[in-house]
Amino acid sequence: MVYDVAIVGGGITGCAIARELTRYHLQVILLEKEAEVGFGVSKANSGIIHGGHHGKPNTLKGKLEWTGNQLWDTLHEELGFGFQRNGELTVALQEDQLPTLAELKWQGETKGVPGLELWEQEKLQKEEPHLSPDIIAGLYAPTTGVINPYEACFNLIENACLNGLELVTDCPVTGLSQDKDYWTIQTPKGEYASRFILNAAGLFADEIAKMAGVGDFTIRPRKGEEYLLDKRLQGYVKRVIFPCPTPVSKGILVIPTFDGTLMVGPTAEMIDDKHDLTTSSAGSSQVFNSVTQVVPGISARDCIAEFAGLRPVADGEDFIIGPTAKRGFFNVAGIQSPGLTAAPAIATLILDILHEEGLNLSPKDNFTPSIEKPIHFASLPTEAQMELAKRDSSYSHLICRCEFVTEGEILDAISRGARTLDGLKFRTRAGMGRCQGGFCSGRCMELLSQKLDIPVSEVTKRGGNSWIVRERDEVFSSDV
Amino acid sequence: MLTANLQHLDKDYDVVVVGGGPAGMAAALGAKETGAEKVLIVDREKEAGGILLQCIHPGFGLQHFREELTGPEYAERYKQQVLDAGIHVATDTYVLDIDQDKQVKLLSGTDGVRLINTKAAVLSMGARERTRGAIRTPGHRPAGILTAGLAQKFVNLMGYLPGNKAVILGSGDIGLIMARRLTLEGVEVKGVFEIMPHANGLNRNIVQCLHDYDIPLHLSTTVVDLQGRDRLEKITVAPVDSHFQPDLSKSWDIDCDTLLLSIGLIPENELTRRLKIRLDPVTQGAVVNSQMETSKDGVFVCGNVVHIHDLVDFVSAESELTGRNAGLYVTDQQPPGDNIRLVPGENVRYCVPHTISSDRTHTVYMRASQPMEESILRLGDVYEKKLRYVVPAEMINLKVRPRFLQNFHGETLKVDILPVDNT
Ligand SMILES: Cc1cc2nc3c(=O)[nH]c(=O)nc-3n(C[C@H](O)[C@H](O)[C@H](O)COP(=O)(O)OP(=O)(O)OC[C@H]3O[C@@H](n4cnc5c(N)ncnc54)[C@H](O)[C@@H]3O)c2cc1C
Repeated sequence: MVYDVAIVGGGITGCAIARELTRYHLQVILLEKEAEVGFGVSKANSGIIHGGHHGKPNTLKGKLEWTGNQLWDTLHEELGFGFQRNGELTVALQEDQLPTLAELKWQGETKGVPGLELWEQEKLQKEEPHLSPDIIAGLYAPTTGVINPYEACFNLIENACLNGLELVTDCPVTGLSQDKDYWTIQTPKGEYASRFILNAAGLFADEIAKMAGVGDFTIRPRKGEEYLLDKRLQGYVKRVIFPCPTPVSKGILVIPTFDGTLMVGPTAEMIDDKHDLTTSSAGSSQVFNSVTQVVPGISARDCIAEFAGLRPVADGEDFIIGPTAKRGFFNVAGIQSPGLTAAPAIATLILDILHEEGLNLSPKDNFTPSIEKPIHFASLPTEAQMELAKRDSSYSHLICRCEFVTEGEILDAISRGARTLDGLKFRTRAGMGRCQGGFCSGRCMELLSQKLDIPVSEVTKRGGNSWIVRERDEVFSSDV
Repeated sequence: MLTANLQHLDKDYDVVVVGGGPAGMAAALGAKETGAEKVLIVDREKEAGGILLQCIHPGFGLQHFREELTGPEYAERYKQQVLDAGIHVATDTYVLDIDQDKQVKLLSGTDGVRLINTKAAVLSMGARERTRGAIRTPGHRPAGILTAGLAQKFVNLMGYLPGNKAVILGSGDIGLIMARRLTLEGVEVKGVFEIMPHANGLNRNIVQCLHDYDIPLHLSTTVVDLQGRDRLEKITVAPVDSHFQPDLSKSWDIDCDTLLLSIGLIPENELTRRLKIRLDPVTQGAVVNSQMETSKDGVFVCGNVVHIHDLVDFVSAESELTGRNAGLYVTDQQPPGDNIRLVPGENVRYCVPHTISSDRTHTVYMRASQPMEESILRLGDVYEKKLRYVVPAEMINLKVRPRFLQNFHGETLKVDILPVDNT
């Protein structure tokens, strides 16, 4: 069969586009090289829905930042991932930073971002008492929010699948060839044919473009290290805190994540290797030295986990969205920050472009905009918890003690597509807390093994060769 | 196997013990002995016994039972007594919360969500292992990096091996035990690396688990890099200077697919924090009086949740006392309060309990900060005792008797460990 549209890459960009396309009478397939969607850049970022005022209005990223920002409320209502507009403060430590705040405010207002306010020291201290007393002013933006980025990917794709998307994971695209009316896509799982191809392959979008014969750009990774802090610091700051930006960087932020942990980061460093997700001691000292100037109560001792993400940066720094010299092949590439924020707007934009290029968009009557929302046991009121545990006893077994995740939630996540320990962790938070899976990994592995009908030794951390345990050698057995 | 021995939880208890490890079991028994009628032990695992259940090596009970037992055997002794004493046990049950009125919210595998009331609570949740985040090892984050305790669970309880070639970071006891265990299972253990100039585990474990199997122990050395995208492939280690700064010019690589972390335990005080109980920043456990009661009236603590013990025998002794006091509390027989505060001084990291009373005998547990050959333990200027050799890894316990304090009238007593020639 020939698909109408094939999307290469299931990051937030690919997922948002897939979900929009399934509104119409179209055959759509998404090919993802990892074990689950969202395992590229889209799971390793700051999780901020930017306020809309940071990006320059004359760039594509600057425009889509604000349009994208406004689309998240509806998506959140329909799909129920973690999202909250908790606001943002960009703070100034010195007099000479005040003009930058004023400029940001003006930039936002010209784009139509509402509610921007300059706050003085007194108001800042009242609203955020843990900010450094050295901070003299701050720009408040109520439009900024925080999101669980992987949850957004999972829920978008679950809804797309409900509406007819065909999702193939563990399926890297290795070659492309153009016939008269359609493209043939080579993968280790076989060939697929499609009229249109959307290249949403994140860091590897330049390679996919090359396969299509339009490799006229390169993607370079810009690494960002992030450090998660113990839940003890929950509520220490309520809003996302930005230092005053410099021409080269947005600086190191303090992010109250949707789940209530504080996160600090990211660094920004151009590197060469697209697989280099290492964190470094230089990165960690940069993050903590910088953050303590703004929120002095934060210390490196509170760190429970760290990770790095790579922003896919195209030549010229802007997003590359649109048709190419090859008919039917479209780029959605160079989606660096604020790509998460912009994703729903990117999806709308590329659909408009596809329509102009001859894709017929005829709406389905039976499109279902929402999914059954996953249950989050810990946040239910006691009565509801009692009710649920009585109805389904899998909710009365605790699996993850740090985040209070029940067996019922783990089983539900597997039925929705979790295939790996990381997939479970990102869907349910099991293993994300202070013991980092020490307590629940074994149980999660057993449940994955039972439900997927694979041996425990084939359960992986995140697909590929990331095995966790191996079978015991029979020859060695001992009494000690 | 000690699993739940009741159909349904009751609504009211005299003493609820949170955590059914050796500490919780001993406390429950103690509470029964001094008159508590309805005692409940709650444990989140399917079976009570705590960390002992995965410690299938011998070395337990030498002090307490005067014979050498394995972890499960040690637990078994207690389980029988718990059952005989008519103590309720709820396993696969998690304490979600305890409020200021001592209403306990439970999630029970058989009973769902339940609220029960108790007159006294004993917190004995034990400790969790420090993870990679706590030391912020730079590098990749592949599979194959796990705490020694999780590896122990994989091998001893689930029957799987964590890898083929392993390195152990940190010389805590679980790491040492696992070095031997993995070697016996055919895993190649390439060495144990410890950032401190001295080992953190018991000397007998260094000898029996490393020396006897020719596993090298590298002191003042740490892991500086981790490589491998999906699964760990290689680590880099380097010696550190006296400020723990690695000297990268002397680093070397080791091929391995597994890194076990044995870098310390952290008392699990989430419930304690919820109750707003005062904590000691050094032990990371509650501040306690000589009855092991916390700053919250009627809430007692024992075992690793108070301070990390190196021998289960001490846990049992401390916890039995805790339980006895909880029993006295619910039967209105509590002894009068303490009058002396202990203050850690020279080369003493901490003392537990934090206060004592001059008219009873107490066991005071303490740890040294630095190893010291010939030394003298001093309690203010009222008492002193020669110690042969002190190391941070081995807890010191001292019986403080009323007669030491006969002529003492102050409120605080400094505890020092001093070199012999200094005194
Ligand atoms: C540290 C950091 C912090 C950030 N913070 C924010 C923020 O706070 N707010 C914000 O808006 N943005 C933020 N960003 C940017 C944001 O994360 C990205 O813009 C966004 O996730 C890009 O999504 P994507 O779908 O384009 O790329 P990806 O998520 O990388 O998706 C691409 C997908 O393509 C797949 N793929 C690659 N090659 C192939 C192939 N050959 N065959 C099949 N599949 C393939 C990959 O496996 C991957 O899943 C941050 C980025 C970083 C690194």
